[in-house]
Amino acid sequence: MSDYAEAEPSSANRVNSPVVAVEEPTPIRFRDAQIEMAHGAGGKASRKLVEGLFAPILLGASPGPLGDAALLDINGARIAITADSFVVKPLRFPGGSIGELAVNGTVNDLAVSGARAEALVVTYVLEAGLPTPVLEAEVRAMAKAARDAGVRIAAGDTKVVEHGKADQMYVTTAGIGRPLHGVKIDPGSVRVGDRILLSGPIGDHGITILLARGELDLEADLRSDTRSVFPLVEALVRAAGPGIRWMRDPTRGGAATSLNELARDCGLGMVLFEDQIPVRDTVRGACELLGLDPLHIANEGQFLAVVSPEYADAAINALWLAPGGGEAQVIGEVRQQPAGTVLVTTLYGGSRIVDMLVGDPLPRIC
Amino acid sequence: MRFVDEFREPELISKTAEEIRRLAGAKRHYRMMEVCGGHTHAIYRFGLKDILPENIELIHGPGCPVCVLPMGRIDDGLAIARQPDVIFAAFGDMMRVPGTQGSPLEHKARGMDVRIVYSPSDALKLARLNPDKHVMFFAIGFETTAPSTALTIMRAKAEGLRNFSVFCNHVTIIPAIRAILDSPDMRLDAFIGPGHVSTVIGCRPYEWIAHNERKPIVVSGFEPLDMLQSVVMLLRQLNAGEARVENQYKRVVPWEGNRAALRAIAEVFQLRPYFEWRGLGFISQSALRVNDKYAEWDSEQRFTVPGIRVTDPKAAQCGEVLKGVLKPHQCKLFGRECTPEHPIGALMVSSEGSCAAYYSYEHRKAAMENSLIAIS
Repeated sequence: MSDYAEAEPSSANRVNSPVVAVEEPTPIRFRDAQIEMAHGAGGKASRKLVEGLFAPILLGASPGPLGDAALLDINGARIAITADSFVVKPLRFPGGSIGELAVNGTVNDLAVSGARAEALVVTYVLEAGLPTPVLEAEVRAMAKAARDAGVRIAAGDTKVVEHGKADQMYVTTAGIGRPLHGVKIDPGSVRVGDRILLSGPIGDHGITILLARGELDLEADLRSDTRSVFPLVEALVRAAGPGIRWMRDPTRGGAATSLNELARDCGLGMVLFEDQIPVRDTVRGACELLGLDPLHIANEGQFLAVVSPEYADAAINALWLAPGGGEAQVIGEVRQQPAGTVLVTTLYGGSRIVDMLVGDPLPRIC
Repeated sequence: MRFVDEFREPELISKTAEEIRRLAGAKRHYRMMEVCGGHTHAIYRFGLKDILPENIELIHGPGCPVCVLPMGRIDDGLAIARQPDVIFAAFGDMMRVPGTQGSPLEHKARGMDVRIVYSPSDALKLARLNPDKHVMFFAIGFETTAPSTALTIMRAKAEGLRNFSVFCNHVTIIPAIRAILDSPDMRLDAFIGPGHVSTVIGCRPYEWIAHNERKPIVVSGFEPLDMLQSVVMLLRQLNAGEARVENQYKRVVPWEGNRAALRAIAEVFQLRPYFEWRGLGFISQSALRVNDKYAEWDSEQRFTVPGIRVTDPKAAQCGEVLKGVLKPHQCKLFGRECTPEHPIGALMVSSEGSCAAYYSYEHRKAAMENSLIAIS
């Protein structure tokens, strides 16, 4: 996801306003002495970095809720814009590769912001010594993913760094999109009683990557879920556009982190029904073994939506009928309490709070 | 999923919870300690407190190996790893545990060669792949993980692999339980016995708890039904005035333990005369070290170990929480200075630590209830 995109449209003059020299540097709240891996893991530490350092300096003191893409109004033309970087290891894994992720990730950030991706710009950072066939395979994977997603790759840039200064290759994509009519994403519009929808099983991507690294002696028949979710979003908007309050693709940090952000932004409680959350048995098994929570595992081809109750049936039916949406579920609902919190309830009456991911998910052994 | 779903079956759970309510009645208060951190984690993860009656109080015990490790040992391990060409290898559990200069993960961010491994044999693999480096495996755990460390050391010796050593922090469960029972401020009625440890040591070592201390103990599995059934078994004993060792986790735990695993421990390790436990202080014969036969694979004998001793911050009440005298949220630092992102005590680090488990799954629920009470 794009870490810090203004959710509200900005006016043209703001976008074009010249940089004003300020005497006092903007105060920041980020107090960590150095950058740790956790700051990139998509959970709490990432939030702190974005909200405590990037947002105040780059977006101003109180930018409001941050979304997956920014909506801009440039001389009357509304566009959505976002960017995302990809540093996955290994480069290829069952079900996908870094090239596909780089296209689908940005297409999806635009999709869950209610926009159809129109064009991408791609930047490569390559490590000297990278075999050309490896690069070529990823460029071809990007071309195919872009064709499949119906988006044009319009421009690009390449930098090469010394051997050992990067891990094979990093890809950044920026995308612009055209906002769909009849949908407005705003965490502030979420109300008590709204339903929480999930487009399909969670955890496939994160667990696939964990296993593909080969550090665990675990094997499972599992593939990354990387795909463009735009066709599903489009079907949802067509069937239930006025009822859609919020959407997000739960990548790093997983569904728990996305829903915690929403809970905090709207001040309401997200209550999930554990038995309704789709998780494949292989993913559950791996999570049980490693002491991980599927709600914290990354996804690359799913999205969450909050829909008003009167549109919930239409929304879920539309997802079920759309190709690749057959496993969508209503997984919970918005309640007054516990305010600002995600609560998972079980059929037997137990419940637990699920927080944002803290740091990287680390397997528990002893 | 087999072996999991049948132990989370809502109808059976409801029936068992009903049985617990019937047995517990309302007349008396039951204080049960779950010794193992895995149980603590399960209690919060499955929300078991929500379905137990109020007069059953679960007290979290000392069975989280990361939590009871004194900070000085982490500093010692990191001091060894700071020497040239040393790779620091440990389980994921250890990675966020703070030393005085930061956690292994923070050292990794500053350039130390820190690797997460999933078993000691993975650390041995690292040693084979990096013949120019020395791989130090930071071993932690109770009798559960000690056998695999022992077997790894035996294999290193058999292969003649000399660039591998173990910084041994293995501890034993029985002395810890004894220390808890000896603690003057401790009043317990019964124990939920550790499941994983018992797969190795069996059930016999607990018999003194029943015979001498007159406390029932039920060795328990980790699924919701396992734990609830163990509570039922304890209630039956307590109501009948009995004190026996029972094995609820029969599908995994043999009464006599795992002889091969015990043999491996005996081959490679010997008891330390004493060892410091965080929060509990020094406990005699409560930890293992690599014996002289395998001295070459013992980091403490291969390297100079500074032997750092760090006193916990005075305000942190880890010891009281560890002994179950205080609930996590009753510690002065809980949720303020000490959070999972910035843990001060180790109980806040491991997801099996009672503070982290309580923080992740429970404390906002508690805060919510308090605010509701305040409103009404």
